[in-house]
Amino acid sequence: MFASACASAAPPVTVSQPWFRYVVAQVPAGGYMTLRNAGSDPAVLTGASSPACGMLMLHRSETKGGADRMAPVKSVAVPPGGALSFAPGGYHLMCMQPRMKPGQSVDVTLTFQGGQTISAAFPVFGPAGKPSEK
Amino acid sequence: MTTSSPRIRRRALLTGLALAAPLAWAQPTLASAWHNIDVAGYVPALSFDMTDATTGKPVTAEDFRGKLVLMYLGYTQCPDVCPLTLQHVAEALQRLGKDAADVRLLFVTVDPDRDTLPVLKQYTAAFSPDFVGLRGDADQIARVARRYRLAYSVTPATKAHPYEVTHSSAIYVFGRDGSPKLLIASLATTSPDIAGTTDDLRRLLHAPKPGLLARLSAMF
Repeated sequence: MFASACASAAPPVTVSQPWFRYVVAQVPAGGYMTLRNAGSDPAVLTGASSPACGMLMLHRSETKGGADRMAPVKSVAVPPGGALSFAPGGYHLMCMQPRMKPGQSVDVTLTFQGGQTISAAFPVFGPAGKPSEK
Repeated sequence: MTTSSPRIRRRALLTGLALAAPLAWAQPTLASAWHNIDVAGYVPALSFDMTDATTGKPVTAEDFRGKLVLMYLGYTQCPDVCPLTLQHVAEALQRLGKDAADVRLLFVTVDPDRDTLPVLKQYTAAFSPDFVGLRGDADQIARVARRYRLAYSVTPATKAHPYEVTHSSAIYVFGRDGSPKLLIASLATTSPDIAGTTDDLRRLLHAPKPGLLARLSAMF
């Protein structure tokens, strides 16, 4: 499940363990993945898009004092030689108006600072999520 | 939406978790008895007045007497923590097997402007047939939140700020008679105590009915 390079100026970033949690069509689906940066500079993720989503946004959940809140994130840096996980309870992709079904796989394109992009296929799971994530 | 937003913006004084910490401290000898936090005697009995999304009809706490009730405040447009929490509850109910028939999770939306009854119904059904979506007006929701000291806020979008919802992550458990029993904190996290919660729910389900002992002893 590795990202396919897109154009010659692809960033040295790979996507592993991508997946979406889809509940019903009327509510947003949550996307998760791990990004690894093999480069010597931070790779700054600035956006995401997918033909399976009306809009795809970078979000982060936070728990403070027993209350959950979720806020959009403008950008997320993957450290050089390091990794960053989008996982339940933290960073996630928020897919508005999801057009997907469990069992399918949908394409997501990630845009990095400088305009470089990478794409990956995200398998779609139902409300129970990805079995190995439990 | 602009006319209703000031009424919707409310915050309870304490969150469930803030309440939980001193309770856990106050009961050192009983702490090992339950996997979750014992709130018996500390929280009011189950009481609400809302609309049941599965039937579209008004419901009150009385309609759930005889069932073990878990109550969680959330909203459907939450793609991350709410599904995670609900899935953990669904797993605990699966582990209960047949006993789950006597358990209901009440998913109280704090975002009624966007969570219509049909959306709520489909959303809860996607997780478990034992989940019930409840929708109320701003005052009905605020009453429940205040009663159980659960914090929430809904801030409609402006040019400078996106639509934002915050809500307490705690789940309250009420006995078959509506009396407060436990506060579950771990199921909203990525390290949920599903086995422990299943044990607690099973124990509550098989607890002798209140007064049974008194009635038995009265026979002799």
